[in-house]
Amino acid sequence: MPEVKSESLQETSTNNEDVIVSYKDVKKSFGDVHVLKGINLDIKPAEKVALIGPSGSGKTTIIRMLMTLEEPSAGEIIVDGKNLWHMEKNGKKVPANEKHLREVRGDIGMVFQHFNLFPHMTILENCMTAPIHVQKEDKESARKRSIEMLEKVGLGDKLENYPSQLSGGQKQRVAMARALVMRPKVMLFDEVTSALDPELVGEVLEVIRDLAEEGEMAMILVTHEMDFALDVADRVIFLDEGVIAEEGTPSEVLEHSDNERLQQFLHRFRSSN
Amino acid sequence: MKGVEITLKVLFASILLGYSMAFIAGFCRLSNNIILRSFTGFYVEVFRGTSLIVQLFWLYYALPMLFGWDIGSNFWAGVLAISLNYGAYMSEIVRGSIQSVAKGQYEASTALNMSRFQRMRLIILPQAVRMMLPEFGNYLILMLKSTSLVSLIGMADILYQGDLLKDANLSLAPTVYFLVLVFYFIIALPLIWLTKKMEGMSKKGVAS
Repeated sequence: MPEVKSESLQETSTNNEDVIVSYKDVKKSFGDVHVLKGINLDIKPAEKVALIGPSGSGKTTIIRMLMTLEEPSAGEIIVDGKNLWHMEKNGKKVPANEKHLREVRGDIGMVFQHFNLFPHMTILENCMTAPIHVQKEDKESARKRSIEMLEKVGLGDKLENYPSQLSGGQKQRVAMARALVMRPKVMLFDEVTSALDPELVGEVLEVIRDLAEEGEMAMILVTHEMDFALDVADRVIFLDEGVIAEEGTPSEVLEHSDNERLQQFLHRFRSSN
Repeated sequence: MKGVEITLKVLFASILLGYSMAFIAGFCRLSNNIILRSFTGFYVEVFRGTSLIVQLFWLYYALPMLFGWDIGSNFWAGVLAISLNYGAYMSEIVRGSIQSVAKGQYEASTALNMSRFQRMRLIILPQAVRMMLPEFGNYLILMLKSTSLVSLIGMADILYQGDLLKDANLSLAPTVYFLVLVFYFIIALPLIWLTKKMEGMSKKGVAS
């Protein structure tokens, strides 16, 4: 996939029907702080998007709103043709209730910076619980798929362990398996390597790279791993002061942009590494 | 001794009712409904802020006279007073434990598209209960000791029986009260053991 990215991007960007997630003038403030000042962003099925930018630029907020962990202050988010935060009631548009949110967010999965595994469950139970209770899958098949997924991320020998017995990298791989058994169409990665010891970052990135190469799932990555973004993403978006300041293919954004703030950011970033 | 039976009956009824009360009030205090929340808050503060003996006397003597609410028997008056009192204390443990489950746990279960109810039942409560257990054990022992107050409303529990014996023969008082102590301690032993066990359970599979 990464080989053909620049051409395919230009072709499909004109085709508006082929969009899985669409942000329409989305704004978010926390009190007086305007974190996002109008985001317009379309994501195509199977597209891999990397969000970069200085801390406080609103990258994480963008994906948290898509996961319904944060409510936008204004604007709309459309997921697979359905309005996420609003629903129709008596012909009028009203804020979504929990039932509506659950219907629309079912295709979205997320992996967190701090893993957020369920500490009272084994690794296998961590993965099995949601398919059984949320998707009403029968227990045997959920178990089978969870084991397959854990084997895929290289943890087939840890099924009965508890999260506290794992390293950070292993925990993060469990978290990915847990999200993947739900078969999301869009997967969100919120700085998934930031809380890891440097020597554990590689194993997590490798799993993400494999997922990206399989290709079926759209992925939005909030990341500080520039080289990784360059490698995996079809598109890189630079967020600055609550707006999209630059976007394009990884090489356009990371190597050939003349946006001054982006240059400063990349410079600061590289010198600190 | 018949007194042991009565003490145990009062204890078990209070445990059942007290823990139920703790969970009901604990959840009400976390509810989105502001009326429910402030009403339970009022209940908790009143019962925590006044003495158990006074509550007992209110339930047994004052309420029937003032409003004609007859609790029925001194057994239920005693059980109700103890359960409401300890329920108020323990509801704070329930509330605190649920609130101290990490925010990330809520977020992860939302990301797995769980409903609010599934999130509470599968993720939050199992973790919160582990945090509650050690404290709950302590209250179990305190509850046992509070049951001795029902002797004041004429229930023939261990202490009441002891009093009777002492009244019959004053010179026996030291022996009698020593025996009363021993009885309470023997009943408390399994509770203490249970508390230790609970503490052990609560340590398992929690720290992440």
